[in-house]
Amino acid sequence: MFLKLVPDQTDIKFTRMRFTAMILSIALLIGSVIALFTLGLNFGIDFRGGVTIEVTDSEPIDPGAVRSVVGELGLGNVNVQSIQDFAGSDEAIVVFVEQQSVSEDDGTDIDLGTANENAQQAAATQVQDALRNLLGDDMEIRKVDVVGPTVSGELIRKGVTAVILAVMMMLIYIWFRFEWQFSVGAIIALVHDVVITLGMFAVTQLKFELAIIAAILTIVGYSMNDTVVVYDRVRENLRKYKKKLLEDVLDLSVNETLSRTVMTSVTTLLALFSLAVFGGEVLRGFTLAMIWGVLIGTYSSIFVASPFLLATGVKRDWSAAAAAEQPAAP
Amino acid sequence: MLQFTKLQVIGIAILVSLGILFSAPNFLSEDARDNLPGFVPKTKINLGLDLQGGSYLLLGVDTDKVIDDRLRSLMSDIRREMRPNRATDRERISIDNLTFDEDANRVSFRPREASDFNAARDRIRDLTRGGLGGGLGGGLGIGARPYVVSEDGGRILVTITQEAERYYSTEAVRDSIEVVRRRIDPAGNREVSIQPQGIDRIVVQVPGDDDPEALKAIINRTGQLSFHRHDPTVGPTDVANGLVPPGRMVVPFAEFEGSGAPPLVLHEDAEVTGDMVETASAGPNADGGGFQINFAFDSRGARRFADYTRNNIGAVFAIVLDGEIISAPTIQSAITQGSGRITGSFSALEAAQTALLIRSGALPAELTTLEQRSVGAQLGADSVRAGALALIIGFVAVIIYMVISYGRFGIYADFALIANVVLIAGMLSLMGSTLTLPGIAGIVLTIGMAVDANVLIFERIREELRNGKAPINAAELGYQKAWSAILDANVTTFLAALIMFQLGAGPVRGFAITLAVGVVTSVFTAYVLTRLFAGGYLLSKRPQALAL
Repeated sequence: MFLKLVPDQTDIKFTRMRFTAMILSIALLIGSVIALFTLGLNFGIDFRGGVTIEVTDSEPIDPGAVRSVVGELGLGNVNVQSIQDFAGSDEAIVVFVEQQSVSEDDGTDIDLGTANENAQQAAATQVQDALRNLLGDDMEIRKVDVVGPTVSGELIRKGVTAVILAVMMMLIYIWFRFEWQFSVGAIIALVHDVVITLGMFAVTQLKFELAIIAAILTIVGYSMNDTVVVYDRVRENLRKYKKKLLEDVLDLSVNETLSRTVMTSVTTLLALFSLAVFGGEVLRGFTLAMIWGVLIGTYSSIFVASPFLLATGVKRDWSAAAAAEQPAAP
Repeated sequence: MLQFTKLQVIGIAILVSLGILFSAPNFLSEDARDNLPGFVPKTKINLGLDLQGGSYLLLGVDTDKVIDDRLRSLMSDIRREMRPNRATDRERISIDNLTFDEDANRVSFRPREASDFNAARDRIRDLTRGGLGGGLGGGLGIGARPYVVSEDGGRILVTITQEAERYYSTEAVRDSIEVVRRRIDPAGNREVSIQPQGIDRIVVQVPGDDDPEALKAIINRTGQLSFHRHDPTVGPTDVANGLVPPGRMVVPFAEFEGSGAPPLVLHEDAEVTGDMVETASAGPNADGGGFQINFAFDSRGARRFADYTRNNIGAVFAIVLDGEIISAPTIQSAITQGSGRITGSFSALEAAQTALLIRSGALPAELTTLEQRSVGAQLGADSVRAGALALIIGFVAVIIYMVISYGRFGIYADFALIANVVLIAGMLSLMGSTLTLPGIAGIVLTIGMAVDANVLIFERIREELRNGKAPINAAELGYQKAWSAILDANVTTFLAALIMFQLGAGPVRGFAITLAVGVVTSVFTAYVLTRLFAGGYLLSKRPQALAL
């Protein structure tokens, strides 16, 4: 009658798959860490400093010509990319120039920090002038981003702090609402998601920008959401079936919430795919990170967070005192 | 659970109506909004710079330099204080080794005679007691001292206090904001936003399609104007040999003035300074080609300039702007009317910019651009189109999916979803917040995640039905038992959004706001609104079986 991606009653032995899942997860984690150390993240100018300029022209622009003209300015590493937007039919060229650094004082009374900031601005002006020379006055500068060393340093610090803070707050919240075994399992799942998402960025070399940190924080929220729904059911079933094997209680809980888990992932992915396809170039990295995060987050709440409860061993006696903690519906 | 009292229903209706009322102004034209009666809300969602085009600049104020300047002027105050004064019967105290320690923000010296030590210290104490530097005491509050005087083995140390440092820094930032405002919004009719950030930063946001390069050019110049006497006794060979006498300085010509004219040697002390200039404007050169800058002094400047020109007819003087000569005319006659003009080979733009710089006054310290984000109006419009398209398609996809998955209940959830978007729009309008492209992404994502609460409830109702419960009972239990999971799930997302808000510059913050607002409104629409619909259906029709 209705579309059901998951049949009404399932009885999948998820906990039996935990060793396979563990091997897969550990492999992904190790792979991610190796990729992070060898390939590294392809930091955008938010975190590395530098200049990004996007231009369009009435006629198609030859990226090679742009590359050579900007390359001649002697601004170090230059990267020229052409992008095609779904919404705007015209093609645009994006020029990235690495962060300029002034190695020593030039003898004026300007201090080194200020000179470094000014060097970024000067580079941006130079590139724009060179582009104007090449393409003529009818070209259109669509976007200019210039990030100096002070701000990029701050953004790195802020980004890392934000992710750590988010994970800590989740830990405390789960601890407060459940008990510590749950909280540890949830955090393991979270760290798992964050590391594997970072690994994906290292492998694909997609630009890692401030918006990606926002995506990771949203993934943290989403993955937590998924985990909490399963845990909530685990707690309920622990109260209901006092004698049942913990393994069976976990399987039952995951199966009972499975259609919800799939349903919510699908609606979220529908929204995300719409953003990825129609939302334009600016949001693409963010959306891809989110799509990946939703998939990983769903996997981890089923295969990492709940089997972990087997390892820590949760409290089985949810008597009156514990039941009183359950919030009343309004 | 499914029963609502009349009062509750009215409350829900009022909330949703408020959402519609507050989001309505966004769909009206400017004129229609102005014609609305007074009680109707008029605030609307502002489009972020990434959607309407514009420039964001983060500027650093060199507050260290401001403190340095203060301490350097304190040094000359100390020197003057040690001189004799016949009126007060004060005798000279000879001092040695007056030094300025930049790292410690401290000025120190040693009285030559040990017997003068106490007298010198007392004079410094009097000098640095409040009120110094034009009303510092007032600004700092009673009892606060700008400097601390201490002694160290025969030396007298004067250290600036933390309060004074903070006061001077804030003052510099405040003054800079005023100057920047006068420069980019001289007529005061543009929607520019200039805000302090932290202790030594300024955020400038200018919507529209201005050339960001021109914007930076006008902001980053200090705009220090002064009129100096030329010293013809020091020739070019002396300059080349580094023989510049004390109290003189070598100043080059600005690029647009004399083509390759050699620098001039000028007296360091200015005859008249820029703060005595009251107005300045650009106009065509009265003597033919090019443009000139007309200016007028205030009464103090007019008097000084009249005295100076009267006594120096035939001599050359230089008008210096930010360390460069923009004009070096010969004085033809005494200028007593308090106004003058700067001629040079200015282009129209240069003349206009220079006049603006002079008129707006000098910045207390140099501004460094730390971050720039400029988006052209065209890209902004493209982003709006892309964001709107993604929003509509995502919305429609989720709506259809919910109906084919849950039928009648899916339609309830869809109504809740529409109400949710209206409430988000209403909340954002009410807060007058700024919608950015990531903000739109936040709304799209909220649409996908907001139905989660309904999914939780509906799946739970299905379970209860499978367990043999009657429809009404099953629905009751479904809403009841799903609550704990809904609460936990939304609190976690809300926490993540909160942290993102703390992290965020501009766009990311926009995402955090819509996400957080969306979480709050979705709990209401998904949990309360759908329950109202479902309850209405179940209690009136009392179906024997539930299609779910």
